[in-house]
Amino acid sequence: MRKTIALCAAGLLTVMVGFAGPAVGEGVSVGMVTDVGGVNDQSFNQSAWEGLQRAEKELGAKIGYKESKQDADYAPNLETLTDAGYDLIWGIGFLMGDAVKSTAQVNPDQKYAIVDFCYGEETLPNIACAVFQEEQPSFLVGYIAGKMTKSNKVGFVGGIKFPVIEKFEYGYMAGVKMANPDVEVLRQYAESFTDAAKGKAITTNMLQQGADIVFHAAGGVGDGVIEAAKERKQWAIGVDKDQNYLAPDNVLTSAMKRVDNALFSMAADLQEGKFEGGKAVVYNLSNEGVGIAPTTGKHVPPEILAEVDSLIAKIKAGEIVVPATEADYNSFMKK
Amino acid sequence: MISGRLKALFLRGPIGLTVVSIILGFTVGGIVLVVAGFNPFEAYGAILKGTFSKPKYIAYVIIYATPLIMTGLSVAFAMRTGLFNIGAEGQFIVGAMVAAMAGYALHLPIWLHVPLCLLLAMMAAALWGGLAGYIKARFGVHEVISTIMLNWTAFYLSNWSLTLSGFGKPGTGKSFTIQETARIDLFSQWKISKEGIQFIRSHEYLGDVLKAPVNLGIVVAIVLALLVWYILNRTTLGYELRAVGFNPHAAEYGGINVKRSIVTSMSIAGGLAGAAGALQVMGVSHKIAKLAVMEGYGFDGIAVALIGNNSGPGSVLAGFLFGGLKYGGSKIQDAVGAPTEVISIVVGTIILFIAMPKLIQTLLKFKKG
Repeated sequence: MRKTIALCAAGLLTVMVGFAGPAVGEGVSVGMVTDVGGVNDQSFNQSAWEGLQRAEKELGAKIGYKESKQDADYAPNLETLTDAGYDLIWGIGFLMGDAVKSTAQVNPDQKYAIVDFCYGEETLPNIACAVFQEEQPSFLVGYIAGKMTKSNKVGFVGGIKFPVIEKFEYGYMAGVKMANPDVEVLRQYAESFTDAAKGKAITTNMLQQGADIVFHAAGGVGDGVIEAAKERKQWAIGVDKDQNYLAPDNVLTSAMKRVDNALFSMAADLQEGKFEGGKAVVYNLSNEGVGIAPTTGKHVPPEILAEVDSLIAKIKAGEIVVPATEADYNSFMKK
Repeated sequence: MISGRLKALFLRGPIGLTVVSIILGFTVGGIVLVVAGFNPFEAYGAILKGTFSKPKYIAYVIIYATPLIMTGLSVAFAMRTGLFNIGAEGQFIVGAMVAAMAGYALHLPIWLHVPLCLLLAMMAAALWGGLAGYIKARFGVHEVISTIMLNWTAFYLSNWSLTLSGFGKPGTGKSFTIQETARIDLFSQWKISKEGIQFIRSHEYLGDVLKAPVNLGIVVAIVLALLVWYILNRTTLGYELRAVGFNPHAAEYGGINVKRSIVTSMSIAGGLAGAAGALQVMGVSHKIAKLAVMEGYGFDGIAVALIGNNSGPGSVLAGFLFGGLKYGGSKIQDAVGAPTEVISIVVGTIILFIAMPKLIQTLLKFKKG
């Protein structure tokens, strides 16, 4: 009897092990590790995955992802994808900066890339960075908010006060003040990227204080921001993706950060044998790495859109340098 | 006949029962996978392969298990004395924060720095846990309520501490890296040197292990597990604490100071969870980061303690099982392309079954009867 069990178990094991292992076929293969937001965060992790899905469809790339549940998952997840044999492995989000670096150090033959972070002079040759000028689309939506507010009060809801979120914050504020210096900007951080209920509470509070447009840069918290705007029939401004679909009558516009484009274009480059390791690729208005949502024209009158277009031209030409930090903002306001 | 013998074999002890539970858990988990449209053999194959096929993977399982063993010990210790410590999460955070502070701010030789760091972290977390015990003893606030609240307090305290200049590294959302002398990981600097990379490339097995952040945390975890066993079973203190756990009224009648026991027990539990946080910082992360969500070390510890039957050695075994499932389970995603949600359901199902050998026992008895 025992022998039979042992035999069965051994057989089962062999079958199991035989089945396992991802088949990495010909063509380029790209994997990504999400940060703790997860792949369905309605925000930049999801956008990144959509970029890879596009690469799968259009380039025939083999793609895969791994979600992280906690900080300590980053390094092992990167190692796992390294073992799976992907040509290029992405770390999504600056939270993974250290993990990508340390993994790249012990695997010098493997190509890595990271979103929203770079190492300056110390960037390893096998790491490519994709950084975005989030302040530019934030400036544009801020300008729209400043022009469209009737109460002269607008709001900003941030996720957690990280430098990358501050780029949204100060770009937005500069845009608002550019449109109308008298508009007051209420600002609050939710200290979370996932707590939609908190986003709703903060936004409701802002609307009660008289704000009529609220912009968020807060991942999943933003769902609550948009919900609050919908309930009180005011405006919300989305982020990262075109979020108009979440509340078609209440999302005025969205500050788009095309993480998907970054992942797709790097996959396409790799397909052609190109890989720009060791430095940062900057995505901004000029290369359409950021922008405002295509649905903006639904609610924003054409004359304001025309002003926005001229602002875009000025930013591209370098006539306006949008502030990305508090210090930049303060000197921007002095001018 | 055969089935009768089989039943006898499995019914003989808790180990047999646990094995049956594990098999049942995997079977039900497999059904979930089939329903979701994935091949369970392929998925479980990925777990097996992703856990055992490389020395590096085994190293990672140990690394994943280490904090869970200690938070498991924390919950188990409190449970044995009749207290439900949901606060291991917050005590973990406090331990990690204090270890990161002491590891960065102090400049000491390694033989002093490492133990001091650990000790300070454990003391701070013991105070954190003891506070919940004190509130219960003094004001009768149930420890479930107070520890849940203290979890959030610790969460925000840790995030706030990162805004302090001199501790939080500006512009990163993380703390400064702790000094070399406060670290317990092995060969971390050498690994990324030229010779180290050469060694990793030329030594298939050893080099592979080195790719994981191998550290001494597991040694401390096992020592603490033995210590918990010793305190509970071989000391007067342990006897008193367990007596309070069995029946506080009888214990009080027997001359045991129940209120003091509650505070002591929660302090020790806190210290254990704090050690988990400290060793995670000293061995793996070397810094703390702004938390966006609770990371779940303490909550997983509750499951570890329950699976481990609230004992020291049990927590070690359960910690390894949990660590293995946590590390290996995530490998399904890449191998068969199942979404995380499905994997979480499968792993959750497996753990649910493992956690209830009592049910299996009842079922088997019922069938027999």
